[in-house]
Amino acid sequence: MLTFLGNRLLQLIPTLFFVSLIIFCLQQLLPGDPALVMAGEERDPEVIAQIRRQYRLDQPLPVQYVYWVKGVVTGDLGESMRIKVPVRDLILEKLPVTAQLATMAIVIALVIGVGAGIISAVKKGTLWDYAANVLALWGISTPNFWLGIMLIFLFSVKLGWLPASGFVHLSQDWRASLAATIMPAFVLGNAIAAVLMRHTRSAMLAVLDSDYVRTARAKGLRERTVILKHAMRNALTPVITLAALELGTLLSGAVLTEQIFSIPGFGKLIVDSVFNRDYAVVQGVVLVTATTYLALNLLADVAYILVNPRLRG
Amino acid sequence: MDAAAVGSVAFDVAEHVETPTRRALRRLRNRQGAMLGLVVIVAFILLALLAPLVAPYDPAAQSWAAVRKPPSALHWLGTDEVGRDILARIIFGARASLLAGVISIVIAISVGVPAGLAAGFLGGFLDGLVSRITDAMLACPFLILAIALAAFLGPSLGNAMIAIGVTTTPIFVRLTRGQVMAVKVEDYVEAARAIGNPRWRIAIVHILPNILPALLVQATLSIATAIIAEASLSFLGLGQQPPAPSWGSMLNSAQRFLSTAPWMAVWPGLAIFLTVLSFNLLGDGLRDALDPRAR
Repeated sequence: MLTFLGNRLLQLIPTLFFVSLIIFCLQQLLPGDPALVMAGEERDPEVIAQIRRQYRLDQPLPVQYVYWVKGVVTGDLGESMRIKVPVRDLILEKLPVTAQLATMAIVIALVIGVGAGIISAVKKGTLWDYAANVLALWGISTPNFWLGIMLIFLFSVKLGWLPASGFVHLSQDWRASLAATIMPAFVLGNAIAAVLMRHTRSAMLAVLDSDYVRTARAKGLRERTVILKHAMRNALTPVITLAALELGTLLSGAVLTEQIFSIPGFGKLIVDSVFNRDYAVVQGVVLVTATTYLALNLLADVAYILVNPRLRG
Repeated sequence: MDAAAVGSVAFDVAEHVETPTRRALRRLRNRQGAMLGLVVIVAFILLALLAPLVAPYDPAAQSWAAVRKPPSALHWLGTDEVGRDILARIIFGARASLLAGVISIVIAISVGVPAGLAAGFLGGFLDGLVSRITDAMLACPFLILAIALAAFLGPSLGNAMIAIGVTTTPIFVRLTRGQVMAVKVEDYVEAARAIGNPRWRIAIVHILPNILPALLVQATLSIATAIIAEASLSFLGLGQQPPAPSWGSMLNSAQRFLSTAPWMAVWPGLAIFLTVLSFNLLGDGLRDALDPRAR
């Protein structure tokens, strides 16, 4: 187990190096002189020279990269060029908002996806199976920003049941918080539910066809006990670890969902910084999401080994 | 059994032997979902190609007398906030969506497949390098990386296609590498090596054709993802620029008039949904049809 963990951590080093290189290179894609872009309307050569010195743009690229990495390692992700606030503080402020949304979305995805997957496998070839497959296809094919707009139209404009936009922290007022986040969380969870449904279905089908399930049935156990106690426990292990890997989909989805529902989270931060040409924030957000994704990947691997005795070695 | 009878049996068998391509096409034809998807895709392609002939109005023509009109005999799908015909904009918008879907995947394939082929076939340091870069790219959430790239390159449909293509590339690298690793140990590759074929020839002539089915399935499913990505970038203002029509940007402007003109949001969203659903249906059908394990 320790050897495995050590190997996985060692593998992370080159991956993180390339992640940092990709993010650093993004700035080099800027057309023209970055100092001029940062200066905006200001065309005073003194100011431009000052920006070059401040951001070390007068240094060769490898030197600039080393300084940038040094900053990142010490937790300094730079400063927002527009509002002059450290990028780290901005991210720390927005992260809890997206984390709440993402947690709700994962819960919704697990309930719908795993539930539909189990029903679909147990009732294979029936109308239930067909309906669950249609649901999965719907989830994968629906653009989440369209689903969000349609839900706002139905539940906010037509029925007036839920607020169309805004965010309330759970700690402030849990009822208002749930009302504000249930629609965006459903929109985010929808696509993941579809993926989880397909995986649950195939995992359950494989398990239901295995010898130990046949033995459990032969012992005369009730079908309900066979499915809930014997089949589901083994089939769901890979599915739940897979849910952790859907973080990338969640964060990508959050960009548009937060924009539509005006939620001041991580996704809205990246879009706002893109439009304000606040490139340090864009770089910081991409770096944090990539690192979080890699960390969750590692945790999912470890969790998979912990719950699967055959892999412990 | 005499010689004539044996000959007759052999003749019958030869007549009934089906090539893998024919078998796959037959299986695909038997899948109703895939065929339905194919029909819808062909319909959208035809609409996009014949847009100037079939669109009822000029997609950019504004009419202040027809601002936000609901669907009617004059404007089948209604009009938008400046009186433009929504049906005409959806028909012309199909061009941007399909073009972005196809071109970005062509970009991803033309970079990803050679890189994956080289990494999987040659192995060693090159494989390690390509795999780590792929891991790093896959660690950055797809849309966030595409948004960042599109933002740094500048907003336009062309740059959106590049951004989507680049962010989709690691999927093709990983798939190609995995497929090559599985195929390169097969006996026919060993035989090709034994008779002295150069490495490039083995990779291109013997390995590549055998991994094409998997690539074809992935390409079809990736076009669906790319169409959603283009619509997302256009929705955010990073793709097709106004006044050129695109389904994503139509949804963006529809958001502001949801209470007074909901049809502005319904139709472009439905167009994206139908196209993406069709590519997903076709992709699923192709996967089943090309699966050698399926009977």
